Amino acid sequence: MLSFPYRAPTVPDSVDPPRRPSKIGSNFETEWARSPAARWARALVVEGPMRLMVRVAASPERNGLDRLEDLRSSGASTPVIFAANHHSHLDTPLLITSIPEPWRHRLVVGAAADYFFTSRITGTLSALTLNAFPVDRTVVSRKSTDLAGGLLTDGWSLLIYPEGGRSPDGWSQPFHRGTAYLARKADVPVVPIHLEGTGQIFGKGMTKPRPGRTLVTFGAPLWIGAEESTGRFNDRIEAAVQELADEASSDWWTARRNAARGQTPSLSGPQAGGWRRAWRLTEDRRRGKTSRVAPTRQWPKL
Amino acid sequence: MPRPGFVLDVDRSTPPTLFWRGEGFSMEKLPAGRSRIIYPPEPLAPIADIDGTIRRALLNPIDSDPLPALLFPGMKLTIAFDDISLPLPKMRRPDLRQRVIEAVLDLAAAAGVDDVHLIAALALHRRMTEAELRHAVGDRVYDAFAPDGLLYNHDAEDPNGMVLLGITPQGEEVTMNKRAAESDLLIYVNINLVAMDGGWKSTATGLSDYRALRHHHNPATLRASRSMMDQHRSELHKSNWRQGKVIRDGGPKICQIETTLNTDTFPKPFEFLAKREWEWSARDRALYIGTAKSLDHTPASVGRKIFHSIEAPHQMTSIQCGEVEAVHKLTTENVYRQQMMEVSGQTDILTMGIPYICPYNVHSIMNPILVMCTGLGYFFNLYRNKPLVREGGVVIMTHPTPWEFNPVHHPSYIDFFEQCLTESTDPVVLAERFEKQFAEDEWYRHLYRTGYAYHGVHPFYMWYWGSHGMQHCGKVIIVGGEPRSVRRLGFTPASTLNDALEIASDVVGNNATITHLHTPPLLMADVH
Repeated sequence: MLSFPYRAPTVPDSVDPPRRPSKIGSNFETEWARSPAARWARALVVEGPMRLMVRVAASPERNGLDRLEDLRSSGASTPVIFAANHHSHLDTPLLITSIPEPWRHRLVVGAAADYFFTSRITGTLSALTLNAFPVDRTVVSRKSTDLAGGLLTDGWSLLIYPEGGRSPDGWSQPFHRGTAYLARKADVPVVPIHLEGTGQIFGKGMTKPRPGRTLVTFGAPLWIGAEESTGRFNDRIEAAVQELADEASSDWWTARRNAARGQTPSLSGPQAGGWRRAWRLTEDRRRGKTSRVAPTRQWPKL
Repeated sequence: MPRPGFVLDVDRSTPPTLFWRGEGFSMEKLPAGRSRIIYPPEPLAPIADIDGTIRRALLNPIDSDPLPALLFPGMKLTIAFDDISLPLPKMRRPDLRQRVIEAVLDLAAAAGVDDVHLIAALALHRRMTEAELRHAVGDRVYDAFAPDGLLYNHDAEDPNGMVLLGITPQGEEVTMNKRAAESDLLIYVNINLVAMDGGWKSTATGLSDYRALRHHHNPATLRASRSMMDQHRSELHKSNWRQGKVIRDGGPKICQIETTLNTDTFPKPFEFLAKREWEWSARDRALYIGTAKSLDHTPASVGRKIFHSIEAPHQMTSIQCGEVEAVHKLTTENVYRQQMMEVSGQTDILTMGIPYICPYNVHSIMNPILVMCTGLGYFFNLYRNKPLVREGGVVIMTHPTPWEFNPVHHPSYIDFFEQCLTESTDPVVLAERFEKQFAEDEWYRHLYRTGYAYHGVHPFYMWYWGSHGMQHCGKVIIVGGEPRSVRRLGFTPASTLNDALEIASDVVGNNATITHLHTPPLLMADVH
């Protein structure tokens, strides 16, 4: 029987062996997922099965892409932070297939370290297919923001959910300041995005998806002002997503007027008990407050 | 730094020159020693922060209060905008009109304005389809206003939708869309592609009807407009300005927003179409050969579809907002800054390749009447001081000129071609004998109002557009044109450019000078 050095050494009882750092969770190494080979493999997955899956499950309608035109024409290398509200695991595939070139295939996704990177298998799959990198939600650390900042500086764009996790009840949660901090650190614009419909397809707590329709609304890029605090910029990002939600549920002109009056409906829902929040949410849905209804054809009044 | 326009004297080492032929092209060798080619100025650099510049223009208008000061709750606000005829080719999304209208509506929302109508100011042009309106104003604006009937096409034949604002001292009636006329503020959003666009022509023409248009869209006015692109020598311009004075005195308060574009006309991979031939790279040459050969074997309808799907990368070079005349003065300077170039002396023969598009056949067929209008109406008039071709000289166009019409868009053109041009090609005779009948025809009126047809009188206007050119030139030859169509137009068909030059020599002699207008992109020749 083979012994040391052909086998691992035994540890003396009197010695407390040093703990090896964990290779999962926030320590999961994802650099390999940004190599050319992994990017090619991911491009095949994104443009093939992922796009098909999104199409079948989510029938997406994408609005506001024209708002990115100036950014696109200013230079393909401008990295961008895409900040969206978060309802479902479907959000990321939907956004990856919705974000246009030149950002789509040079996009990293901030994913919860305590959910996606808890094992080597899920971590590897998340890194390969979504180009995800771990974001610590449970520990206060600069590791994730440093990594994200470094990626932005290297020209990668970032998809992030400022709420920090999926909505537990269909209403949005307050935005964390990380997005604004990164925008300041890397001096990049933030593109607010509003997603509608993914929560009904595969929301938190659902065990199997229920195909439906989704609406992705891109907002105009926001730049942090020279004198602006990250807190204020964070408020602007949140307000922009709320206005996009209003635009998606009514129309652009109504949303602009509501914004001008300071009456943009809040995404966080009424300050009330659980059932009333749920009731209010279904109310909008029952009324069909959506712009995805084909406009009635207008003929001239003769 | 973009290079200015360039006049090349053709010598024996000059490569063949690109000639447009509708939905195709050819390379033609011009005679050395007596030919020259006019290359337009290169596109100016666009404004970097377009949305910011638009907003600043609205907040700091010329000879007017800032736009927010003109907006108040309870007011009637009408936003009129240029129709599908501008710009050419259609621009990449977002269209400038969308950007400007969204900026205006943002201010209107902040001011608490509820009553807003948006009108495509198309005068007697065809109505815009939903897709075309969406392209112009954007999905957001369209979805917010069109379903409630608040975004629509101007209807110059609506018996209850037009008002007479007054009559000029010269007896010209001035009419306007009723909603626009009764508004507290009329904002006009314009795209200025050529020097003729904009100013009072926006409102006095775009929102008016036949009663008002006939006073300047006629052979006498257009023959006296030398050229219609030169405001100081254009009777068309003067008539519009007289009508504008009536609007200013008796019409709604107007806020004019004018924008100018650079001449970045063709997207990749068609950039070579705007390049000087000797600067074509191997890739450009390969692309030209591939495109030209493929188009030779492509049905015309497919080729048309491909070309009309081109979205130009042209972008904004200036925006002016405020009082109409002050705004237009600056706009014209900005158009000239991009397009004006000096050309010394006139020529005996002017050659021009007619492309697949003109303002009146967007998503449609370039019928023979429009071929004439593009050549003698538009390209011929791209001058200041003197025409590029001398009086009695020859114009040679290259275009297949098929006997083909779009029956939905151009129904009255078909009858004009069949009934009127067989009687005469003289614009004055046609105006006297047929214009009123076509203008008041109930069927054409119905198609204009409910379908997507140009107004019954529109082919006459196209013909008048070329009347100055027709009167000025000794002969017009179309190379590669369908002979019976060309003859119907009163022109001479030729199979090749050499044949055309041979035919032209009967009029201008054997050693005639030749000038080729290398457009598009557009230019304006200041001929001395």
